[in-house]
Amino acid sequence: MPTNLTRRQALALPAGIALGSLVGRPATAAEPVKIGLVAALSGPSAKSGEGITRGLTIAIDEINARGGVLGGRMLELVRRDDESNPAKGQTAARELIDKEGAAILFGGIDSPVSQAIVPLVNAAHVPFMGVWAAATNITRNGANPNYVFRVSAVDVLVDRALIKHAMATFGAKTPGLILVNNGWGESNFAGLTAAAAAAGIKLAGSEKFDDKDVDMTPQLQRLRDAGADTLILVGNAAPGAQVVKSLQRSAWTVPVVSHWGISGGRFPELAGSWAGKVHFVQTYSFFGPQNDVGKRVLAALMAKYPDIKGPGDVTPPVGVANAYDAMQLTALALAKAGATDGDKLREGFLGVEGYQGLIKNFTKPFTDENHDALNENDYVMVRYNGDQIEPITG
Amino acid sequence: MLATALVSGLGLGSIYGLIALGFTLTFAVSGTVNFAQGSSVMLGAVICHALAVGMHWPMIAAAPAALLGCAIWGFIVERIAVRPFVTRGTNSWLMATVALGIVLDNLVMVLFGKEPRALPSVLADEPWVIGKIGIFPLQVLIPAVGLGLAFLVHLGMHRTELGLRLRAAVDHPDAARLMSIDVTMLIAVTYAAAAFLAGIGGILIAPLYNVAYDMGTLFGIKAFAVAILGGLTNPWGVVMAGLAYGLVEACATTWLGSSSTQIVTFTAVIAALALAPSGLFGLRTKVRV
Repeated sequence: MPTNLTRRQALALPAGIALGSLVGRPATAAEPVKIGLVAALSGPSAKSGEGITRGLTIAIDEINARGGVLGGRMLELVRRDDESNPAKGQTAARELIDKEGAAILFGGIDSPVSQAIVPLVNAAHVPFMGVWAAATNITRNGANPNYVFRVSAVDVLVDRALIKHAMATFGAKTPGLILVNNGWGESNFAGLTAAAAAAGIKLAGSEKFDDKDVDMTPQLQRLRDAGADTLILVGNAAPGAQVVKSLQRSAWTVPVVSHWGISGGRFPELAGSWAGKVHFVQTYSFFGPQNDVGKRVLAALMAKYPDIKGPGDVTPPVGVANAYDAMQLTALALAKAGATDGDKLREGFLGVEGYQGLIKNFTKPFTDENHDALNENDYVMVRYNGDQIEPITG
Repeated sequence: MLATALVSGLGLGSIYGLIALGFTLTFAVSGTVNFAQGSSVMLGAVICHALAVGMHWPMIAAAPAALLGCAIWGFIVERIAVRPFVTRGTNSWLMATVALGIVLDNLVMVLFGKEPRALPSVLADEPWVIGKIGIFPLQVLIPAVGLGLAFLVHLGMHRTELGLRLRAAVDHPDAARLMSIDVTMLIAVTYAAAAFLAGIGGILIAPLYNVAYDMGTLFGIKAFAVAILGGLTNPWGVVMAGLAYGLVEACATTWLGSSSTQIVTFTAVIAALALAPSGLFGLRTKVRV
């Protein structure tokens, strides 16, 4: 019996068939695995986002060149700019999970942004990989199961390293703290206070500053009068530069040991001639003898990015190195998981046995109790020489 | 600590006063203000950076060119965000100036970028050191420029023909028009002068701070508080209020800690206005019944 279709039915039929073919369709070998990145791609910390992007890109190029993951699926990086704003970071994370179907999210420099995303990924059962933000409670967030992993520093461990460096290099007995007024500053206040107590020294005091503060001399004067013999600085590039300019203005030549936030922007330009006085922490330096991975990554960076002509041009190295190793570990976790499903991928991370990486030879990097792949033995102290970041020797 | 607070407070306070002078000028002449005065601060610094750093102009040429740009911007603000609304008798210029400032900030964000940049100056590199106190030469220059400009504004208003025309336009706008004084043009000139003053503030503060598309917001808000505190129509009062505001800010940070700075400063503003509703140096208007 012939069937007469109305015009509307005639239009709806092929559309329905096409839609039906998409629903419930298993991922094909050609379909890429999306890797989400929520980081500061603009604003004062834009350099951090660029460094992370470069590290991820070099790793993804290598993984794709050897055939991709999960039987030939290519990795595809999908980036969103959080502008260092926690609300924008949350929105971007939701979009990457719900709209883009990202298998995993990578985070950026700002701890408050990562702290805002953590509850969201734990609820959505989508793994999150921190590659810069160091607030202790990003990975140690109390969730069970916990979908948050990190290849980066942890404040509580960095703080011990900063106090140790201040004591060993500058003979610090009464350091003063100058900290950004946000969750990251609070995380470090707790960590530095505990680290100083553990090292048997007393803090001269603690002062806060806001990102938009113009003049920090009053805060610095309080620390000076309280007898600070070294300053421990926690802040990002632009306000960190204001601290250094305020020190220069006060002609106070106190040693400064800093967390790594200052390396995420144009610190040497903004801080001026005193920028090189600041010692700060990184997880990797491309200077000096490199292992095979280091040589390969540096060569790939120089080939891909014309502005990189040597190890000093890889700035900030921490973003590049952490992102590179984290992406390689993610590929291993995907292989273990055998799928992009969040629960399986989480188990995949916990099942990674070992990996010869850029920063170190990782052995059982993640366990149920520890979601941080790096520890205090993996830090290196550096300083700026012009625009380049060089390790401190001697 | 007192000396540090004085140096810091007077320097920043002068900048607030300088920007607030712009509010005084336009309000005195037209009863309107540019609520995006902070954007003019930013514009001065950004143009100066683009010319001095980007195009390697000497500062002696870059700064005047930047100020000319600010003055032109002031004309534009008056022409498209103030005059059309004032002539129709509405107060929509309030929102229009805010909106135009947001447009400018975002335009600069696209053209200049989101990253803060440095504007180096030989006046902010080697501090003069007296005992435990250090001070950049620029920090001495800023209050001098602030007070000098307040003096010039006062002199200009009372001792020049333009000033006389301005005051005539303020006191009796209709009579001034009958005397062939172009009141509309005078108002436009005050808007250009207000943006010019804000531009000076931006160029002076940039070497101590940085140059960014959003740098004017906080300065604009504080300068408006200073303008209200100073009495809005009194140039000397506004500059004095700027210095007082800067000193309270610096003293609060020095003695009570940085967490209390904004709480103490803005509470002090509210308290001062509660005691003197016309501002600390404002002229009380007598209403005859």
